[in-house]
Amino acid sequence: MNRQTGMAKQALNPDIWVDSYSDYLFNYAVSRVSDSEIAKDLVQETFFAGLKSAKNFKGEAAERTWLISILKRKVIDHYRKINSKKAKSMVRITQNPNSEADSNFLEEQVADPMSLLENSQIENEELGTAIQDCIAKLPKKHALAFTLKTINGLSTEEVCKELNINPSNLWVILHRARTVLMDCLNNNWFKI
Amino acid sequence: MKSCKDVEIICTKIQYNEATLLDKIKIRIHVLFCKTCQKFSKKNTELTSLCSKANIKTLPNEDKEKMKDELKSRT
Repeated sequence: MNRQTGMAKQALNPDIWVDSYSDYLFNYAVSRVSDSEIAKDLVQETFFAGLKSAKNFKGEAAERTWLISILKRKVIDHYRKINSKKAKSMVRITQNPNSEADSNFLEEQVADPMSLLENSQIENEELGTAIQDCIAKLPKKHALAFTLKTINGLSTEEVCKELNINPSNLWVILHRARTVLMDCLNNNWFKI
Repeated sequence: MKSCKDVEIICTKIQYNEATLLDKIKIRIHVLFCKTCQKFSKKNTELTSLCSKANIKTLPNEDKEKMKDELKSRT
């Protein structure tokens, strides 16, 4: 225990990075760059950068938080890179063809305050993070079974083969995992 | 009559569309009388819809294995 912060210092453990955090980081990246190949590369670069600067890890944050902060910078760098490529091209502003000729251009560019589209996207991302946080708390085998079956939509047969278990084992595992997730997910997410 | 635990497991199968018709009928009857299972079944269904709403993306296994190898070669 560290008396000053009241928290135990964390240590880095790169051996478990891919298994423990790659899905979480990937999901974060893919929602920001909207391209799974680029997202994958960013996650890979994040792990490399993490290794390289491991000595700078002070152990104040959890490993995953630290990796996410690296990934955030990678995402920003990615956008800088593609923007500098585009720098030479013109900025084009297209006038809405449906608008009246004398209407105010600026007024048309304002986001619709009644639109819930952006909100629900942010909400879904928060929901995804909440679900992944809860999955991370499951025993490893349960987490894998749940992810393969629910998130990746594999068939019972495929999951059983992957985990080397029989179907009735799988159903017990899935049932336990789902029970834990229902408890773990903040009640706010449930309407009942 | 099935026990509540059996019912809960069948309820989980229903979430993946893998329960038999007979199972579904048995559950319907049980849930009529059992408030606990009724609540469980409702919450379980909601968990399914939350998971699909969240639209979580994961990395394919072979990509993960590649990443692991690359990481190992650098440590």
